[in-house]
Amino acid sequence: MNWFIQFLTSSIGRKLIMSLTGLFLILFLPVHLVGNLQLLMNDGGEAFNVYADMMGHNAFIQFTAKGLYFFILLHAVQGVIIYMKNKNASGQKYAKSTNANATWASKNMIWLGLLLLIFIFIHMGDFWFAMKFQEWDQAELGREMIAYNIEGQSVELKNLYAKVNYSFTNPLIVGVYVLSMVGLMFHLLHGFASAFQTLGLNHKKYTPAIELLGKLYSIIIPLAFAIIPILHYAGVVGK
Amino acid sequence: MAEKTINIKLKVWRQGGEFGGGKLVDYSLDDVGTDMSFLEMFDVLNEKLIAEKKTPVSFEHDCREGICGTCSMVINGQPHGPMKGTTTCQLHMRSFNDGDTIVVEPFRAKSFPVIRDLVVDRSSFDAIIQAGGYISVNTGQAQDANAIPVEKDVSDAAFDAATCIGCGACVAACPNSAAMLFTSAKVSHLSTLPQGKVESSKRVQAMVNQMDKEGFGMCSNIKACEAECPKEISVDNIALMNRQYLASVLGSDKQA
Repeated sequence: MNWFIQFLTSSIGRKLIMSLTGLFLILFLPVHLVGNLQLLMNDGGEAFNVYADMMGHNAFIQFTAKGLYFFILLHAVQGVIIYMKNKNASGQKYAKSTNANATWASKNMIWLGLLLLIFIFIHMGDFWFAMKFQEWDQAELGREMIAYNIEGQSVELKNLYAKVNYSFTNPLIVGVYVLSMVGLMFHLLHGFASAFQTLGLNHKKYTPAIELLGKLYSIIIPLAFAIIPILHYAGVVGK
Repeated sequence: MAEKTINIKLKVWRQGGEFGGGKLVDYSLDDVGTDMSFLEMFDVLNEKLIAEKKTPVSFEHDCREGICGTCSMVINGQPHGPMKGTTTCQLHMRSFNDGDTIVVEPFRAKSFPVIRDLVVDRSSFDAIIQAGGYISVNTGQAQDANAIPVEKDVSDAAFDAATCIGCGACVAACPNSAAMLFTSAKVSHLSTLPQGKVESSKRVQAMVNQMDKEGFGMCSNIKACEAECPKEISVDNIALMNRQYLASVLGSDKQA
């Protein structure tokens, strides 16, 4: 297995790990977004609460979530290692540097990535932790459990919708979410197509399509995520 | 017809000897003919310094025809200067304006240590070539042109990669100091043609391993290398190298 360890720690091996974990996270985002968009349904939170309860109890989702946490950490740790090694490989800084021919995002992936990592921790604290462990503040959020009539049966579910809606009345939280989504856009603008190039998937016929898809994805997905806190803050939905 | 001349100011990196660990030193040069190449301008500067009993600036040059890859220099933040697809020796003073201040620095990377002034040690590139940038199978006498059929597109692609002169501008331009454009150009050039294809699986592992061993950085697809390369080598070669490396390490019994 010596060769395998050598492979994983080679320059291309490390980049392969970045690429594959990155593509996994790219696949995860739309799945997460579909759930979130239920926050815009203006149904008092029923669809979202039912969905959140399902996510918390579905064995497949719970299993995949563990993989997701692992891949996020692997992507982050590997990114930091690559950044440090590259810093170490580069010589003295140029007195005059133009780097005119490289995009801003491509040169700042590490900082964009760290911004997103901090965001993920804040985000997990806000909702995941609140859902699973935090004590429910009745004064702020109202009743913790809410009853729904699902297929003729009355079911009591935790009202995570109220927590989300309440959080998004705070302009600071909304600001952090929107700013992070701008960071995500730039991270994806470079990362999406870059992941394919690293895998060696560079093709005269397909690369232009991958690049176009990457640009559309990088704008549409973060925008759709960012719209949710903005609309809640503006009171268009919820309240 | 009178030759057009310009007056310029230079900030040149001097290192070694009386300059110790290095610093930018100011020079001014008047009546520089715009038809001079950038290196001829340095020749004139050095004549002037020698006349003043000062140490001339060390810089590398050889063919001065843009094909040997010996000249280097980062000019105003760009390896080989502002003209696209051109080496320093083929850059002319007409690319600059009267009164310009030109900053000249050596190629900077840990694996390209400065020897003196603008001269850097690029023997790490030689080590990468020695690790596998050759063909060692018997290819016999020079073949008849029709004995080994090669499609035009393929021979063009191999030739485009083969135009890499190994100057190191890709490393100098890369914020990560990665040597992947250079290494991939060699991998691609050799593996695209029938004689080189035979050993391609072993070669790509050997060359990538040596590249890592030399301490170069990792490619993050910033593509500054492609933009600054005097031979305009495409980053498509890097994708090809990645593809070959993954196939060789994971899909063959080769171990370099």
